[in-house]
Amino acid sequence: MSDHAKSSPVKSYFGVWIALLVGTYLTYAVAKLDLGPYNAAVALIIATTKALLVALFFMHLKGASERLLKLVVISTLFFLFILMALSMADYATRWYT
Amino acid sequence: MSDSQAAAQTSVHEDLHSPALLHHFATEEQQRNASNFGMWIFLGTEVMFFGGLFVSYLIYRLWYFGDFGAASKSIDATLGATNTAVLICSSLTVVLAIWGAQIASRKLMIGSLILTMLFGLAFLGIKGKEYKDKFEEHHVPGASFSFENVPIPGHPDQYANPRHAQIFFALYFIMTGLHALHMIVGLGIFTWLLVMAWKGRFTPEYHTPLEVGGLYWHFVDIVWIYLFPLLYLIDRHP
Repeated sequence: MSDHAKSSPVKSYFGVWIALLVGTYLTYAVAKLDLGPYNAAVALIIATTKALLVALFFMHLKGASERLLKLVVISTLFFLFILMALSMADYATRWYT
Repeated sequence: MSDSQAAAQTSVHEDLHSPALLHHFATEEQQRNASNFGMWIFLGTEVMFFGGLFVSYLIYRLWYFGDFGAASKSIDATLGATNTAVLICSSLTVVLAIWGAQIASRKLMIGSLILTMLFGLAFLGIKGKEYKDKFEEHHVPGASFSFENVPIPGHPDQYANPRHAQIFFALYFIMTGLHALHMIVGLGIFTWLLVMAWKGRFTPEYHTPLEVGGLYWHFVDIVWIYLFPLLYLIDRHP
């Protein structure tokens, strides 16, 4: 075994796995509480945290150094933002016609 | 081995390189980065593909707020939560398979690949049970759709509008159906990866297909991480 080649990432993999399972349970449990308008916000914050954990540790975005890769990830998020922002801007201003 | 030693070694054995290195790439690292980069660009297009569906969900949810809550409540959230956990476990086994290739452990690599596929099949099985329930309850949009006298959460005196609830179920079936289609494609990719791993094609130096297939699998997991609270968990509180 070439255990000297790389420090083992297995510990962090299992840590992320447990965090994701806890997040799933949390979002399931919180959904049963009445938080008024904050239910959706809490659910989306937990989902985004879980998605970030998967992207950073399982997809190895953490520590990625290639500039092209950063460009693709950032422009993807940017275009998703444009899609959502312009659609919602249209929806939110329909009342003024 | 230090970098200068490695450089000296490659200059001596210039004609010797991994058989996996294609001639239009300078180094194995460049080849590996190019493959991963291609998958990331594809995932960028996938974000926009699912993004359109998420935006239409968002707008209809705001429009038909209570109807969507009533329709979401009719879905078995425990099945959805179980499926979330199953997918998370499959993502763990994907990174363990890559780790197995990196430390040249054939057992860990092949065992993790088989587990990943079993988790994927379990996900589709649970999804099938969920779809079967919806068919039996006549919650599939179409001629036999029925959603009569279902109270709106928080407003027990009002019933959900079946036409609006039908839009929720249309989005539910399109979004989870497209996600399930991605799972089926992923299972196909992992069948191929398993065959390649079985033949001993992956070494600590070369296992790029595992990494690229893994990126795809994790992305499908991320889509589900958002689908779960948006489709299964809205207006669950009493």
